[in-house]
Amino acid sequence: MGSYEYRHYPYTRPAELDGGGGRRPVVIVGAGMAGPTLALALAQRGVPSVVLDEDDTVSLGSRSICQAKHSLEIWDRFGVASRMVEKGITWEQGELYLHDKPVFRFNLQPEPGHKFPAFVNLQQYYVEEYLYDRCLSEPLVELRFRNKVVAVTPDGEGVAVEVETPDGRYTLGADWLVACDGVRSTVRHLLNLPYPGEVFHDRFLIADIRLLSELPKERRFWFYPPFHPTNSVLLHRQADNVLRVDFQLGPDADPEEEKKPENIDRRLRQMFGPDARWEHEWTSVYTFTCRMMERFVHGRVIFAGDAAHVVSPFGARGGNGAIADVDNLAWKLAMVLGKAAPASLLDSYCSERRAAARENILNSTRSTDFITPKFPASRAFRDATLALARDFPFARALINSGRLSVPTSQAGSPLDTPDDDTDWARGPAPGQAMLDAPVGREGGSWLVDRLGRDFTVLAFADQDTPLAGIPPGATGVRIVGDGLARERYDARPGTTYLIRPDRYVAARWRRFDAAAIGAAMRRATGNG
Amino acid sequence: MADTTTGALRRTLNLARPDDAYNAIVEAHRDLDDAQCRAFDARLILLLANHVGDEVLYEALAAARETMEDA
Repeated sequence: MGSYEYRHYPYTRPAELDGGGGRRPVVIVGAGMAGPTLALALAQRGVPSVVLDEDDTVSLGSRSICQAKHSLEIWDRFGVASRMVEKGITWEQGELYLHDKPVFRFNLQPEPGHKFPAFVNLQQYYVEEYLYDRCLSEPLVELRFRNKVVAVTPDGEGVAVEVETPDGRYTLGADWLVACDGVRSTVRHLLNLPYPGEVFHDRFLIADIRLLSELPKERRFWFYPPFHPTNSVLLHRQADNVLRVDFQLGPDADPEEEKKPENIDRRLRQMFGPDARWEHEWTSVYTFTCRMMERFVHGRVIFAGDAAHVVSPFGARGGNGAIADVDNLAWKLAMVLGKAAPASLLDSYCSERRAAARENILNSTRSTDFITPKFPASRAFRDATLALARDFPFARALINSGRLSVPTSQAGSPLDTPDDDTDWARGPAPGQAMLDAPVGREGGSWLVDRLGRDFTVLAFADQDTPLAGIPPGATGVRIVGDGLARERYDARPGTTYLIRPDRYVAARWRRFDAAAIGAAMRRATGNG
Repeated sequence: MADTTTGALRRTLNLARPDDAYNAIVEAHRDLDDAQCRAFDARLILLLANHVGDEVLYEALAAARETMEDA
């Protein structure tokens, strides 16, 4: 089943089995989307890592398919995003249906003037394949397939990880262990850490099919369609002419019955008409949970992605949230390992990403409640909203079929320097993600391409005078003219932003002040 | 019930012909069964909520909820 050809990545006998190896600064568990992204981000900062995975291939099934702009910007720093955009499907139009009638269409390309689109649909196995390819050409990353973690023992200055391979067991010493091993995290289980949260009972059916006849080009969401009259259906495209059809089944559905090809085909036939032809790619019946660990950092063991927090699929906040986690973590971990920051800097990873997870869980729970109302009045308001949407534009804004992933706010983080100036009309405040814009002569380049690997001081000016007083560890970028960048940053000559390595704003001022920049950088690195 | 006059929500009469307005609300429900009434009311609430805006809406929600203590 399926058109994707799964490569089996080679297992190599680890040096530790023959008395070699040695202590590693970072060991990462899990070669999903987050683990290899973390390894590449660390490698960019000169930190070597080992990635352990019990399997030897990429994601089975398309799983997390909506890759958000913020994730693409992160992957672009390792040179893999253009491959993803090229292979994937860039979202353009969406349409929402009630019963058999379209209610309204919406543009999924929110605004021009960004290097990357808001979303690209690409199966998780391609994302992982491209990340693995990049890791395999990166000398500081070692991917170890068929290496299963079986024990984790914290020792004072690190962690001893016991690993099982086809050739036997070995122990790997690590200064830091990062668990990116998914919702059923082995590391979390081994350390016996709780995973509190809420269980949802509605069942959903994913049917990935490869259409052999004409494809609908747009994303579609139906409430009560004729081919599935009691619930909702979401349809969107992926690479290779594959369609994701997501049927809400309700809490009482029989998963085995629903999964039968003849039952799926019956629904699809009603959906696509008598002439459509397709092949099945992947089928999965799922329920979901919203959970979050109380702390993401436990001594020298750090949790990221689904291992640390998990949301419903509505809004594409799982995979994209995981990528944002490891981007937040990589620069902090590299600084702590390089003794450029105290270990307490990692507390901010926990507080910032827990705030992000809370925001994602809130959004995803609200979408879930809209799509699967839990009590009669909730359903009445949901249906009333749908009924009003065709004629009353305000009601369209209330329809919540998934609030799509955008960078979360980490306002109030101890790393931020709050605004002193009070005359900001807009622009990303401290704690918000930076915004891309075309820059340079006639908008010939993108702001995201001008940023440094570490901190960036973004200084707006009338003239291209050299920047003096940029602290070590920061790159100075002078922005002259450039209407859209000025507008997005509410900038005047003198306006200065300090942007963190993970591209969140740490501080901003109305005038360039080297001493203030230095102080804000010390604060943003836990040295304040 | 709280006797506050500082909020945005009007607590004094704002209808030119109160008996007509009251009657119109009741009459609009006349042939509807319970489920239909609930559907109708939900639409009406959403239309009015958007019209009056955030401030009045939240005050009205709190005020209505407060009166539920007697219900």
